[in-house]
Amino acid sequence: MKSEVLMKAENIILQRAGVTVLDIFELHVQAGRILALIGPNGAGKSTLLLMLAGLLKPRQGKIYFQGSPIETRNDLAMLRRNVSVVFQEPLLLNSSVFENVALGLKFRKIPKEEIKSRVQQSLEYFGISHLEKRSARALSGGEAKRVSLARAFAIKPQIILLDEAFNSLDPPSRETIIEDLKRILEDTKTTAVLALHDREETLRLAQDVSVMNSGKIVQTGTTAEIFNQPDSEFVANFVGTETILEGTVKSCSLGNIVVSVYGQEIEAIGDCSIGQKVYCCLRPENVTVSSRVQEKISARNVFEARIIKIIRQGFFNKLILDCGFPLVAYITIPSCEDLGITQGTTVVASFKATSVHIIHREK
Amino acid sequence: MDLIVQGIIKAFELIVTFDPEVLGITWLSLKISGTATFISLFIGVSIGTAVALNNFYGKRLVISLINTGMGLPPVVVGLFVTMLIWRSGPFGFLEILYTPYAMIIAQAIIATPIVMGISLASIQNLPPNLRLQILSLGASRLQMVWILIKEAKLPLLAAVMAGFGGVISEVGASIMVGGNIKGYSRVLTTATVMETGKGNFDIAIALGIILLILAFIINALLTQLQQRHYPR
Repeated sequence: MKSEVLMKAENIILQRAGVTVLDIFELHVQAGRILALIGPNGAGKSTLLLMLAGLLKPRQGKIYFQGSPIETRNDLAMLRRNVSVVFQEPLLLNSSVFENVALGLKFRKIPKEEIKSRVQQSLEYFGISHLEKRSARALSGGEAKRVSLARAFAIKPQIILLDEAFNSLDPPSRETIIEDLKRILEDTKTTAVLALHDREETLRLAQDVSVMNSGKIVQTGTTAEIFNQPDSEFVANFVGTETILEGTVKSCSLGNIVVSVYGQEIEAIGDCSIGQKVYCCLRPENVTVSSRVQEKISARNVFEARIIKIIRQGFFNKLILDCGFPLVAYITIPSCEDLGITQGTTVVASFKATSVHIIHREK
Repeated sequence: MDLIVQGIIKAFELIVTFDPEVLGITWLSLKISGTATFISLFIGVSIGTAVALNNFYGKRLVISLINTGMGLPPVVVGLFVTMLIWRSGPFGFLEILYTPYAMIIAQAIIATPIVMGISLASIQNLPPNLRLQILSLGASRLQMVWILIKEAKLPLLAAVMAGFGGVISEVGASIMVGGNIKGYSRVLTTATVMETGKGNFDIAIALGIILLILAFIINALLTQLQQRHYPR
């Protein structure tokens, strides 16, 4: 089911010094959904975000917001007032945290009392109410990032655009900021477009993904589609060859969880609640392939698998297996010969519960 | 040695007793250099900011010219302004040669490139995405520029100090276009030159000390303004 298109970019061409840096045939941002733009550095993610924010004028093509094209200065002002951008660096002004968060509201000539309550609400969202009176110059990296997010949310934008927002943060603050952002996006039902290059962040935050390469969008789909059915080698390489499976937690005891995936059951470890939707991620080097079922094995996950495809990758082979769900395994060429593996044969694939990486999806 | 000691004692006498002539000269210096700095602030900051924020053909050349202007020799400015307002010059009809107005014009010409060069550099020095961030929060272009100028407050105040320091201590142009007329266009620097020439070292030292104190007070005030911090 597709929801309403809030923003749309069509036939966008942008050139810089004679070189085409952006060539977008079509991009749809669905209302209430979170879209990730992923791709390598220089793919044009940031440039596309600036264009969606009305901060960069395309040489050709149009941006549509709520169905109407952005053409005149008034349209542009309207667009900017409905969109919030969070850049890589926090870009705070040299004043107090309150003043920084209030900035966008002041431009909108909102009465003082309302500014105060909205700033406080936004600070509360991000758990930084205690910083209100502090100087923005005296904040840590994580705090500054929270302030810049609070500033973007204070104006209650229809769409929030985030450019590599978690890049320069240390792992613990990155972790908590991602969790908070996810919660706030869900609570406020704000539409978001995120430029990301981290796969795990994409899986955790995004519902839809557009993969970009050299200024073009090469594939668009839901997160699961992109990760499991990449339609080009570039996308496959970029999202990694890992197996990423959508599943639902079926049972959970003592940190041992069972996830139901395409009717099969995968055991993993982690902290989940029953019924929770998760992604099971598995690295191909953690999958063992054998010719028949071993009598005693410590691996908790053993499946019969049919070999769909064998791809030579230098010193080892990549096997695409079908265990009722897609699975990728790496095995060396000698073991491939020993086992007599050919396309279409049936083998046994096993992997340990500890090698399954669980990522929580939206509730 | 006696000469210097005597001179310093006399100098303090003149300062402490508020000698009316010395006071008048000091006040005129402040008025002329202050006005000139004020004018240069408007022209320098607005052109400096405009050059920093816009991309155009020949921008580098313009920046080079502004930076060269920061070292404009006062006597050259003096010569140029004198010729322009000379009785038979293009602005001779204004009849402002040897008046404080001419001095203000000359000093403003000296201070403007200094203020312009420093403001240009300080605006360019702000993070490049900052103006996009401000615009994206819903600011008009004018609001955006105003916020950038406020963000560059520290180096901009340095620009004011440099501009004021440049003109209050300048003598060449002031003497050429002002004429060092007693009680009318005589300022601290021109008076110091004249009194030294006449051998009146005591008065010259007094004027020199006042000039230093003045420069110190003004800079201390601006520094206070510049280094004011928000509570942490």
